[in-house]
Amino acid sequence: MDINTTIAAISTAKSSAGISVIRVSGEDAITIADRIFKARSNTKLCDMKGYTCALGDIYTDGEKIDECIATVFRAPHSYTGENVVELSCHGGVYVTARVLRAVYDAGAIAAQAGEFTKRAFFNGKLDLIEAEAVMDIISSRSKASVRAALEVKDGALSKQIDEIKAALLNKAAHLNAWADYPEEDIPEVEGGELLSALTVAETKLKDIIKSYDNGRILKDGIDSAIVGKPNVGKSTLMNLLAGYDKSIVTSVAGTTRDIVEESVSLNDIILNLSDTAGIHEAGDEIESIGVEKAKKKLSSASLILCVFDSSNELEKDDLDIIGSVKNIPSIAIINKSDLPQKLDEEKIKSNFKEVIRMSAKNSAGINDLINAIKRVYAVGDIDTTHALIYNERQRSLTIKARNCVHDAIEALHIGMTFDAVTVSIEEAINYLCELTGERVTDEVVDRVFHNFCVGK
Amino acid sequence: MSTYFAGSYDVAVIGAGHAGIEAALAAARLGCKTAVFTINMDAVGNCPCNPSIGGTAKGHLVREIDALGGEMGKTADECTLQSRMLNRGKGPAVHSLRAQIDRRKYSAVMKHKLELQDGLDLRQAEITYIDRDENGIWLLTTRMLGVFSAKAVIIATGTYLGGRIFIGEVSYESGPDGIFPSAFLGESLRRLGVKTRRFKTGTPARVKRSSIDFSELEVQEGDEPVIPFSYDTLIPPENKVVCHVSWTNENTKQIILDNIHRSPLYGGKIEGVGPRYCPSLEDKIVRFSDKKRHQLFIEPCGEDTEEMYLQGMSSSLPEEVQVAFYHTIKGLENAMIMRPAYAIEYDCIDPTSMLATLEFKNFEGLYGAGQFNGSSGYEEAAAQGLIAGINAALKIQGKAPLVLDRASSYIGTLIDDLVTKGANEPYRMMTSRSEYRLILRQDNADERLTPIGHGLGLISEERFSRFLKKQELIKTERKRVAETVISPSKELSEILVSRETSDVKTGIRLIELLKRPELNYEVLTPVDKDRPELDGAIFEQVEIAVKYEGYIKKQISAVENMRKLENKLLPDDIDYKAVTGLRLEAQEKLSRIKPLNIGQASRISGVSPADINVLMIYLMKLKGRGDKDE
Repeated sequence: MDINTTIAAISTAKSSAGISVIRVSGEDAITIADRIFKARSNTKLCDMKGYTCALGDIYTDGEKIDECIATVFRAPHSYTGENVVELSCHGGVYVTARVLRAVYDAGAIAAQAGEFTKRAFFNGKLDLIEAEAVMDIISSRSKASVRAALEVKDGALSKQIDEIKAALLNKAAHLNAWADYPEEDIPEVEGGELLSALTVAETKLKDIIKSYDNGRILKDGIDSAIVGKPNVGKSTLMNLLAGYDKSIVTSVAGTTRDIVEESVSLNDIILNLSDTAGIHEAGDEIESIGVEKAKKKLSSASLILCVFDSSNELEKDDLDIIGSVKNIPSIAIINKSDLPQKLDEEKIKSNFKEVIRMSAKNSAGINDLINAIKRVYAVGDIDTTHALIYNERQRSLTIKARNCVHDAIEALHIGMTFDAVTVSIEEAINYLCELTGERVTDEVVDRVFHNFCVGK
Repeated sequence: MSTYFAGSYDVAVIGAGHAGIEAALAAARLGCKTAVFTINMDAVGNCPCNPSIGGTAKGHLVREIDALGGEMGKTADECTLQSRMLNRGKGPAVHSLRAQIDRRKYSAVMKHKLELQDGLDLRQAEITYIDRDENGIWLLTTRMLGVFSAKAVIIATGTYLGGRIFIGEVSYESGPDGIFPSAFLGESLRRLGVKTRRFKTGTPARVKRSSIDFSELEVQEGDEPVIPFSYDTLIPPENKVVCHVSWTNENTKQIILDNIHRSPLYGGKIEGVGPRYCPSLEDKIVRFSDKKRHQLFIEPCGEDTEEMYLQGMSSSLPEEVQVAFYHTIKGLENAMIMRPAYAIEYDCIDPTSMLATLEFKNFEGLYGAGQFNGSSGYEEAAAQGLIAGINAALKIQGKAPLVLDRASSYIGTLIDDLVTKGANEPYRMMTSRSEYRLILRQDNADERLTPIGHGLGLISEERFSRFLKKQELIKTERKRVAETVISPSKELSEILVSRETSDVKTGIRLIELLKRPELNYEVLTPVDKDRPELDGAIFEQVEIAVKYEGYIKKQISAVENMRKLENKLLPDDIDYKAVTGLRLEAQEKLSRIKPLNIGQASRISGVSPADINVLMIYLMKLKGRGDKDE
């Protein structure tokens, strides 16, 4: 519980409405929003008065993800009584979730149920009767969180977190025993050993985050681009996928873009598809703008579906595409498998982990594609209804823990003294304990006594 | 037999050990008419456990006591035989001072200071009975039937209260070092309604110097130059003695295992809970059975004695077994035991029954400090004594209490741990107990606490102006370091290359060089031409501030968050059982601990973050609307 943080959440219903609003509230709300929002007028939100708004764009890692209107409320004149920025996004569910993620990455944390209302109460914005209602919510939440903690405790996450925590605790205990009992013959803490333990912990934490993100991505949709030189069958594939299950096809709102976007569902996988302009040596200037955009899309997509024509030999454009998707999860689709093959399949196989053969025209090979996507996202054997971490809050704690472990590794690398390393490890343990609902301080001390023979 | 009225005081301190001394001196220095009672005038400031002051985290406590205006650091400096800065190379957060001291001299110096203190009476008397009159004035009755009245009483009875010594099958009522115990006060406290429990501790044997063969033992020298504990000690003490290191072996282990059933602990005679960190040798051998040998240090007890202390060899086995196992150790083959090792069990209280001022929640004007509160160690005792003494005086004078929070000091951490989490075993301070240890360093205790000590009136003007000057110099040097540009030169390149850090081709600010872990002030001397002549302590502060800036900033922001919660005060009359939404366990714990604020409440085990939410809403409701900030 920390009322000093800045929180954020989507405050409109989670559906494909025309506009969704992300509310950011807390002392740093405006500063945080300024980190990702660029007004068209170049005005900084922090220079704006309360009750004013600006049109602009949301950026993450230099990439524009949505156009939006930011409204600034200054404390105490807002719903919560704190500084508030409301971002009205154009995007559908998927884009809004990305904007929210960007807000988190800029420093906000996920709001708990009823937290905006709770803050409103703290700041004198609600009366007693309303407050009693909030109290009920929190009280029931308290019970729910105990249940949730129990689930975590018994679940797969708990087992993994416990393993990581145990490893970190052992190292922290050793470092502490070594520092607190210099006159006992505690073995020296060996830097290399410490480093490898920390590296293992960091990798495991990364994996947990990745599994969540992958799980999430399956629910929210994989940002995918179909690329290929002209006439390899991109549009046919697009139409095939879009028509796979017409009932769930939703077109993403606010598509004032040159890249066609559709959200399609393939069994339990959702793809947010962009059908890019064919990538090839552009003939004229206007076309080259389209090609540039397609290339940019390529670098921001989470999954590339690379389409090749089975009935033609590989050309320079194909090779260019192969080169440009090197570091992005991608699947090679050898289309037109119904025609005689002229393509050098070995060349493709040597560049892609996943190669499937399809005949988009005859709707053949779509199951192979679904399975390939599952393999790329390592979800083939994970039941997505039982992801390791369940929500953004757990994700953000896991990320904080990973960052602390990373800090400890950094400190070791640059040759900082071990006291600084220890503090970072303990901070990581703290976050992991918060994740599983335990407390920490005594754990390290207990471990010192358990593992090391110290005394007068 | 009838009692007689013997005198009246503002503050009466029971016990003149490390806690009692600081409590009495602080109360008297703050202007209270103070008495301090000791069972034996020759046991004032006694060091029956070991002949040293400081150590990891304990050294921090001593420097903090000194920075606040306490006495322990100064006296330790006056009595130092050998000084070491432990953990050099492990980082400034864990650097800790430890000094071997002349234990008899320490006791004599402290006794004399008490005698010389204005407004303080040092009296030899065993307090046997404690009560309150109808006006809430405390009445203390001595064994000689004198009755003293006091507005506040500080209990600092150490291991004397209900003390019982165990050596194998032999056990008898006793205080430490064979001095008689406080045999009646415990019962009187229980009748008053104070719940007590039993803790135990122990000490190794003392052996005669001439009976030890030092010829093959590793020598341990003191560190040069000696850094004093006290910011008031301008001429550092000298190293006068050396210590020696030896090891137990398989024979030692065998003898102990053969006789383990004769240990009062393993035989079930001791009910008291002992500390895990200060275990007897038999404890270590049983708990860590795979360890083949254990280290021990042979330390002199003073300049005018031949008694040598065997650190690490505490035991409660029968004397004959002690003789046998000590003789298995290299160097001690013919050791003559002057005093046997023993375990001692004593009465103490559950510190969660106290406020952070160290006043009992249920007994106004009654304070406790030291082992009586469930802690262990001279330094932990002195720290609590100082705080209890200050708070007793402030209360009598109608002033606001002094509560040091966890971010201010190890003293604050110690007391917060005790009164919030309680102690299931004698509590010893460790650096790992502080989450803010990169800012709670032994080198900056003055910066953290001297302004507070000065505000209270425990720090002289002369010392305070010295402190202010030092802070000013640190600031100036910090600025210089940030502004000074070092030009590239052959000399600089040579330094950088020899320290295995990257070379520079253009001018670089001194601060950027100091930030590098491979570099420090010393190695940069040849290229830092305009460096002023300053005390080493000033360079030390600047270097730490620069090198650890990122970590320090991170901890400071954590402190700010903690303090926001710490400022949300909880009224002491909250009926937690009537707060809907709190879980049952939280209701019980909160009712018992009665935290002063939300921050403290959040540290109680069994109180969940959701409970804290409920509590904060309840608090807002209590305050009503319109009152937005607390």
